[in-house]
Amino acid sequence: MTRETLLSIKGISKSYPGVKANEDVSFDIGVGEVHALLGENGAGKSTLVKMIYGLVKPDEGTMTFRGRPFSPSEPSEARASGVAMVFQHFSLFEALNVAENVALGMENPPTMRELAARIRAVSEEYGLPLDPSRMVGDLSAGERQRVEIIRCLLQDPKLLIMDEPTSVLTPQEVEILFKTLRQLSAEGTAILYISHKLEEIRALCDGATILRRGKVVGTCVPRETTAREMAELMVGATLTPPERRAGSKGEVVLGVTDLSVASPIPFGTTLKNVSFTVARGEVLGIAGVAGNGQDELLLALSGELRVAPDKIRVCGHAAGDQGPSDRRRAGLVAAPEDRYGHAAAPDMSLVENALLTGAIRRNLTHKGFIDWAATRGFADEVIQTYDVRTPGNHVAARALSGGNLQKFLIGRELDQSPQVIVINQPTWGVDAAAAAAIRQAILNRAAEGAGVVVISQDLDELLEIADMFAVLNEGRLTRPRPVEGLTIDEIGLMMGGAHGMEVAHHAEA
Amino acid sequence: MDIGGINPVILVASLMVAAVPIMLAALGELVVEKSGVLNLGVEGMMIVGAICGFIAAVASGSPVVGFLAGALGGATLSLVFAFVTQVLLANQVATGLALTLFGLGLSSLMGQGYNGIKPPVTAKVPFGPLTDIPILGPIIFGHDWMVYASIALVALVWWVLRSTRLGLIVRAVGESHEAAHALGYKVNRIRLGCIAFGGAMAGLGGAYVSLVRVPQWVDGITAGAGWIALAIVVFASWRPWRVLIGAYLFGGITVLQLNLQAAGSGIPVEYLSMSPYLVTIVVLVIMSSGRGRSSLNAPASLGQNFHAAR
Repeated sequence: MTRETLLSIKGISKSYPGVKANEDVSFDIGVGEVHALLGENGAGKSTLVKMIYGLVKPDEGTMTFRGRPFSPSEPSEARASGVAMVFQHFSLFEALNVAENVALGMENPPTMRELAARIRAVSEEYGLPLDPSRMVGDLSAGERQRVEIIRCLLQDPKLLIMDEPTSVLTPQEVEILFKTLRQLSAEGTAILYISHKLEEIRALCDGATILRRGKVVGTCVPRETTAREMAELMVGATLTPPERRAGSKGEVVLGVTDLSVASPIPFGTTLKNVSFTVARGEVLGIAGVAGNGQDELLLALSGELRVAPDKIRVCGHAAGDQGPSDRRRAGLVAAPEDRYGHAAAPDMSLVENALLTGAIRRNLTHKGFIDWAATRGFADEVIQTYDVRTPGNHVAARALSGGNLQKFLIGRELDQSPQVIVINQPTWGVDAAAAAAIRQAILNRAAEGAGVVVISQDLDELLEIADMFAVLNEGRLTRPRPVEGLTIDEIGLMMGGAHGMEVAHHAEA
Repeated sequence: MDIGGINPVILVASLMVAAVPIMLAALGELVVEKSGVLNLGVEGMMIVGAICGFIAAVASGSPVVGFLAGALGGATLSLVFAFVTQVLLANQVATGLALTLFGLGLSSLMGQGYNGIKPPVTAKVPFGPLTDIPILGPIIFGHDWMVYASIALVALVWWVLRSTRLGLIVRAVGESHEAAHALGYKVNRIRLGCIAFGGAMAGLGGAYVSLVRVPQWVDGITAGAGWIALAIVVFASWRPWRVLIGAYLFGGITVLQLNLQAAGSGIPVEYLSMSPYLVTIVVLVIMSSGRGRSSLNAPASLGQNFHAAR
């Protein structure tokens, strides 16, 4: 099947100081085609689409859109030509309502009343129910994405760019999104779909362009290519899945009983009656769509949020009212999700960051004075063991790439001979090779007898490393179940299904 | 009918006048903070507006020219802040504090030789016989035109922020500058405009102090009104009509303590003089305690500089 070409990209290059983000990239997208842009983090996907959307100017190369030369100098120009984009990190305003958010993304918005009516009409047509007057801060991640998609659809785009749209959705919500996208494609809207989830791309896309280090390394028809082949093109190496050493379970090291606590975060989620136990050698995976209480659970477990003493027991001792330092002393280490600002002090050096959480368990201070030699030794040990690529231990944490800093921060916690490990999003934004290394390190610690809690939104990751599996949904935790024998459908239902979206598509069909 | 030596009608009428400077300055700062910028230089911009307005009014003999010059002076000084924080990306808190100190010094320098001069009188609005209505007359119809203009400005700011696209963009920029940038809005340019507006309003408020409220020039004439204006923005939880209520409340306390002093109250003068500032502190503590709705209403990007990285 040949299609008329909608967007043609020829020889695009873009450099930043020290990095070539894109080098001589060329590909075509046809009218109504769903085209995948595949690549690891840092492969240059985002830079490329920002150029199509007018946020970044290419150094070299040309683009042709609907037969005419195309070089948007700002997003409004791209929007006027018929290019719309749904962002990876949502470009929404929490304190504004749905209609206001939509209006901000339009060139000439109608009056609010008219706009609300059009939002209702479009959301029903595409099976994405949405109330225009609701505050975006109160919406779930899936609903927020609907706001972005509807904002795009109201402008009748010819090309819809979607940057990692499914990373925040439940499996059922993904199905519904795909239905909407197929409907759009059948109506002649081309979709440029960016992802590193290969099975999704195989299910959805007509063509794929694979990027590695800013260059096109291959194109393929996803339906006729195996996920493994695409993955190896993407990474440029053969991947080995982490191996699990069968260890026997020991006594319970972390017990949480009936934990309920209000969120300290604006628009946060209250934890409701959360209970679970983790034994030595066991990995408990906690899944859930972002914003369902993950951050709050980490705060409660790490000790930043205090509760009644007997709600949380570490190695058999009541620890609910202890702060983070006391819990570290008791053997519990925690690694939060936000690397720049929560897990690390971004402007301090790696050595100083190593000291900040390592001081207690590694005895890096004596009578209030810092033992710098030992601290440097600790930092170097982490850098070496976890293959952190850095010019040295004196470098500021901010200067490291996301993946490298994550390796350092995870390694810093794992190398404190912990009894209990709590990690939120261990491999968020980390490339495949580094992610495999981090997962292996977590499994190794579990095999040595630590109890591990991994909170993650990446289902594949949890299924790969966890022994027990539970889901956080609106602040409630489901009963943990053994990973063996779980199906994706069951997991989807545990995650709360599609938040009332099935109804809409049924009505339409 | 006096209560404890104080006439309530005159008290209300004079608190409306006393509230004008802090209301104008707070209204300007509200717009600035709505766009995500924290400008602590309100006091400095007010006092520069006060001396600019005073000089221009004395030189031209027209209070209108004086008010325009005051607004211009405040806006000019605020552009220094805008340049340093939006272009050079300096810390907003430190720059704002420096702006206040700079403004106090600059006004003192400019005011050399203007002590003891009387500025031209700002006219009252001629409402005719309406002014003679008992009680309501002096309270509602007995003021100069700036009192009415300040209330109209509250309505205008409220309407612009709530119902216009311009207001929506200002709120969006203050809520999430990253998202606004991703949608193609020029964050720093929009903030620059808001800062200039805030400066003009503070200057206008300052000019009202030196031309109507006092009316003459002395060093440090604004006497902390800028800081009270900053507090009122928080007190009002970033809502224009509450700025009006807050300004009347604080204006009322200021007037009341002056009246109590004049009426020979038994409370020592020092305690009365510090009362508006004490009340400011108490109100701020109450407003910020707990994670009430007021703290949620603060613009999410307040005080953060924006730099388009890539």
